[in-house]
Amino acid sequence: MKNIEVKICSGTTCFVMGSSYLNELFDLIPQKYGENVHVKPVLCLNECSKSDTHSKAPYVKVDNEIVSNATIEKVMDAIEKKVKQDEQ
Amino acid sequence: MNNNSQSILIKREILIRLVEAFDSGDFGKNTADIPFKMRPKNCDVPYRCCIYKEREIIKDRIIADLGFAIEDIDESERLEEFTENALKREKTEENPLTVIDAACKGCVPSRVYVTDLCQGCVARACEKTCKFGAITIAGGKSNIDSSKCKNCGMCINACPYNAIVRLIVPCEAVCPVGAISKGENGTAVIDFEKCISCGRCVAACPFGAVNEKSQIIDVLQAIKNGKQVIAMFAPAIAGQFPGSIFQLKSAMLKAGFNDVFEVAQGADITTRNESKELIERLKENKPFMTTSCCAGYNNLVKKHLTELKPYVSDTKTPLYYTAELVKEKYPTAITVFISPCVAKRKEVQENANIDYVLNADELGAIFVGRKIEILSMDDTGYSYESSKQGRNYGVTGGVADAVRFLAEEKVQVMPCIINGLNKDSIKQLRKYAKEGICPEGNLVEVMCCEGGCIGGNSTISNQKTAKKIINSLLEKSEDIKKED
Repeated sequence: MKNIEVKICSGTTCFVMGSSYLNELFDLIPQKYGENVHVKPVLCLNECSKSDTHSKAPYVKVDNEIVSNATIEKVMDAIEKKVKQDEQ
Repeated sequence: MNNNSQSILIKREILIRLVEAFDSGDFGKNTADIPFKMRPKNCDVPYRCCIYKEREIIKDRIIADLGFAIEDIDESERLEEFTENALKREKTEENPLTVIDAACKGCVPSRVYVTDLCQGCVARACEKTCKFGAITIAGGKSNIDSSKCKNCGMCINACPYNAIVRLIVPCEAVCPVGAISKGENGTAVIDFEKCISCGRCVAACPFGAVNEKSQIIDVLQAIKNGKQVIAMFAPAIAGQFPGSIFQLKSAMLKAGFNDVFEVAQGADITTRNESKELIERLKENKPFMTTSCCAGYNNLVKKHLTELKPYVSDTKTPLYYTAELVKEKYPTAITVFISPCVAKRKEVQENANIDYVLNADELGAIFVGRKIEILSMDDTGYSYESSKQGRNYGVTGGVADAVRFLAEEKVQVMPCIINGLNKDSIKQLRKYAKEGICPEGNLVEVMCCEGGCIGGNSTISNQKTAKKIINSLLEKSEDIKKED
């Protein structure tokens, strides 16, 4: 299994739009995937500054894929998809 | 309270757009455009019957965010006119909440209801268990006569098929004092004589129909007009943003405030006075004393539990003392309290030293609107180093811990923690007052919200995160000094 990197945005916009509710991922991901999936907070993914898109915060990046309006379920799904792709 | 539902996030998005409109140079027009930007032509209609209703509800939310009561407005007025009136206003409105009638679903009245799962069985447990003779079996199905039903719920427990359910109206169900109910047209109406401004209905309504009347425009306008504007933030606010309170101060200065104070500073004075008061009262053989810093609780005592008043500490709130200190330093400044909940609005109205209240999410909207990245900020120090105990006031048990810390050398302190006001805990408090004794302890800490102020209705962080951020601050803080 290849390593997957998950970055959770801790920028102001994402935080105000509820990214603290994603913090459970810091426990959930290692529990489910062990060391193969790294999850870390990042200063800002700069997604909100792109255009009129603060309504799609919070953002999480799973490898190169941006998950917008991120929820725990959406992020776990994105990881699962990546894991399956890598297996093929 | 869980403040991460979609309806709450929509409210936050509107606040952010409102700040952007305020800063844009054409406040009126850009505010009027918000409903169309959020629901542009041909977009999906995510929640309501049609795009027009969605836009109308967004418009109503903007009007509430501009500080007006939806109950009182002339619907034919354009948003531009509301923005003009908001800028002209000198005084904010009295009651902090407003019901957006168009957003209220008008839920079916709360009652016990037999669903289609009823099998019309032979056991007839529901009929037998009903003490009021409200249930009859007709047409092969159980029927409840609403004129006889007392909503006791015995039949719900008795049915072997779980076919009977209780329909609830979420706002009514969470209101601890029965202040919100259906009006003539079936939508929610708040009785402000009873309302203790706890904000539970705001967080509970799945349609987001209860909105706060914001003072955000009043604050932004004061800053824009070059007035000296000073922010004082509640201890719970430390956990509502990423980064440290030192970065938070820098962020608030960048947002336009002239100086920033921790209300934890005033909490240290509250701790000192309240511990002295507890020692005196216990020495006079008073059975117990309750804390006095939660505004929702103070409203409750004033409106519904006057018999408890003699037991409530006379010590002022941390905000009171902080505002006094701020006014000493800046006598002519506009002072703004940054709050985790709506209940503090009432306290602020009664205190001449404080002009406005901004909620955590409203301050957050200003940061987002003004593109302030808190984690990129340098640290700015505070003129007073607040104590570990003062900084922990926003977490349930924190106030009692602080008072105990100073009082326990003189008297034996046994804290009793009321973690959240609901119908049961109010009953418990009423019993303490009636019997003149609290069997669980002699220092009763009352917090209106579960978890304390970090569970307030206008918080941003989930409680776990808020606690973690606050705990890392506590590790760097010193104990409150035992002597003045």
